[in-house]
Amino acid sequence: MKPFNVLTAVAVPIDQPNIDTDRILPARFLKKSRNDPDYHKFLFHDVRFCEDGSENPDFILNQNAYHQAGILVADRNFACGSSREAAVYALIANNIRCVIAPSFGDIFFSNSFKNGNLPIIVTDEISQNLRRQLREQPGAEITVDLPAQIITAPDETKFPFDIDPARKERLLEGLDDITLTLKYENDMAAYEKNRAASRPWSIPAS
Amino acid sequence: MAKTLFDKIWDDHVITTRDDGEALLFIDRHYFHEGSFHAFDFIKQEGRGVRRPDLTFGFMDHYVPTLGTDVADPEIRNMIDLFQKNSAEHRLTHFDMGDPEQGIVHVVGPELGLTLPGVTLCCGDSHTSTHGAMGAFSFGIGASEVAHVLATQTLWQRKPKSMRVTVNGKLGFGVSAKDLILAIIAEIGAMGGTGHVIEYAGPAIEDLSVEGRLTLCNMTIEAGARSGIIAPDEKTFAYLEGRKYAPKGKAWDDAVIHWQTLKSDEDAVFDKEVTIDGNAVAPTVTWGTSPEEASPVTGSVPDPARVADTAQKAAMEKSLDYMGLTPGMKLQDVKVDRVFIGSCTNARMEDLRLAAAVLKDKKAKVPAMISPGSTAVKRQAEAEGLDKIFIDAGFEWRNSGCSMCVGINGDLVGAGERTASTNNRNFQGRQGKGARTHLVSPAMAAAAAITGCLTDVRTLMKEGV
Repeated sequence: MKPFNVLTAVAVPIDQPNIDTDRILPARFLKKSRNDPDYHKFLFHDVRFCEDGSENPDFILNQNAYHQAGILVADRNFACGSSREAAVYALIANNIRCVIAPSFGDIFFSNSFKNGNLPIIVTDEISQNLRRQLREQPGAEITVDLPAQIITAPDETKFPFDIDPARKERLLEGLDDITLTLKYENDMAAYEKNRAASRPWSIPAS
Repeated sequence: MAKTLFDKIWDDHVITTRDDGEALLFIDRHYFHEGSFHAFDFIKQEGRGVRRPDLTFGFMDHYVPTLGTDVADPEIRNMIDLFQKNSAEHRLTHFDMGDPEQGIVHVVGPELGLTLPGVTLCCGDSHTSTHGAMGAFSFGIGASEVAHVLATQTLWQRKPKSMRVTVNGKLGFGVSAKDLILAIIAEIGAMGGTGHVIEYAGPAIEDLSVEGRLTLCNMTIEAGARSGIIAPDEKTFAYLEGRKYAPKGKAWDDAVIHWQTLKSDEDAVFDKEVTIDGNAVAPTVTWGTSPEEASPVTGSVPDPARVADTAQKAAMEKSLDYMGLTPGMKLQDVKVDRVFIGSCTNARMEDLRLAAAVLKDKKAKVPAMISPGSTAVKRQAEAEGLDKIFIDAGFEWRNSGCSMCVGINGDLVGAGERTASTNNRNFQGRQGKGARTHLVSPAMAAAAAITGCLTDVRTLMKEGV
């Protein structure tokens, strides 16, 4: 996993609430390999491209100022719905490594951390403030400083943010979860032995 | 200290807790499907195996065809091949295409007695919340966590908050668990449960069948919650006893003794409490592109002009524009182009019986299809003669799979087509690019098929069904 430290990038405002992961990555692309050279095109595909494959000029990511965006600033309940981790893969394929929103779909939120993508929860007011600035200055940059837990807005206002300390550490170091977990092998083996003895019914019959 | 039902299951599964507060949870059941191929790739790349094949089960549902067994599309064929290859390589019990136990993971898990009260259960599918209806702690995960469970049979989790939704009264004539959950989501919002596990309680919940409870917990994810959960009771035990993978003999007796303790203590405190009047719930339909955008079928399409909040107003306008609806029009004047009965939400026996009761001796005005929740449900429905009622009414009687709920097997709603569907998501493009979905109960779907419009099923049922 690629570590995350400080990111300064063009940020794009996504103004609609409840953007679901079907919208972020339509289901028909779920069968694609992550190595597909077109993976970046799957992101927001059905709103981003017209029937003939050309870019929909009305979709914000297609506007010149936002083409190089590395950060999304979204409205509430971003990436709700399906558990598809491919929604995160599609963001990463577009070099988008951070999403800032008042709230997220729970599973997307977890999936993001596993892939070196930082989801940041801010208040409604901060989300609106950032999106207003980004609309007023298309192509403006935001800086996300993970070690300091500070977002710097285009107008230089600084907004501190909270993050789970365990998740922060893993993002900063780009640590692989399974290797870390297996350090608890003794605890895991003891638990499994005890569970089989104390709750024998929990092992499937037949 | 007094504990909630969820606290009890959580505490029973903590292997260790780190200084930072994250707990390593043991996972009793891990279900996978064709879409889980990324996770098998991850463990392969790292040279890891499956730690507990005895607790890991595969279900062919997402890409499986619902007509015959031929798969022409090479990419879909590849999904099915990968599922078979990964199952064989790791020697995992799996329910393949053509298997008499094949079906949708969230229907078959409880049906085979694999899903039990008091277990932790994960699957790389958001509707894993379904299994909470049996008194399990079940939740959907992404591919990285699927790989973690495959390799370690554990997950790192921070304990979610608790919420209780108490439903008083009794659901009325023609009102089902689907209407109730749509009404609950409309009330608390599509993020009303975020960060919480929702326990459903109260007389209307006790009154629900196990299948109705599965529908309720299934759509709990649409309120943003980590999971839904219901205290197991005599109905749960009666449902499970004798099922293929359920405990037998002494193990069964021991299990029931433990399961009887799985309820929230009288004085348990929840982080959030919501009360719903079950008597007041009407047959409910969605009019927008989020499950929270739902109203009683007797109502009208809402008017964004009457919404004060500008962001909410803009969102509503976008939803209505996508749905092609005019503010103020009666919901029962909305014409549908097709009807779909199926999915992990509403394709169990009770659902099919309710739909058949409405459709008996009637004809569908629009194209309609049914994909039963499992091959076993299909067999049972045929034994009861329900297939004849559906076919006589003009429905297509398909095989079991996720089918038109997610459309990735090729069962799609056309662009601009409007459908009354029993599935769980009315998201833009969910049932096909440009498809317009109205979520309804199975009885309401049957009613819409007969009239060609969204219809209050109670009016048809009074007419002598």
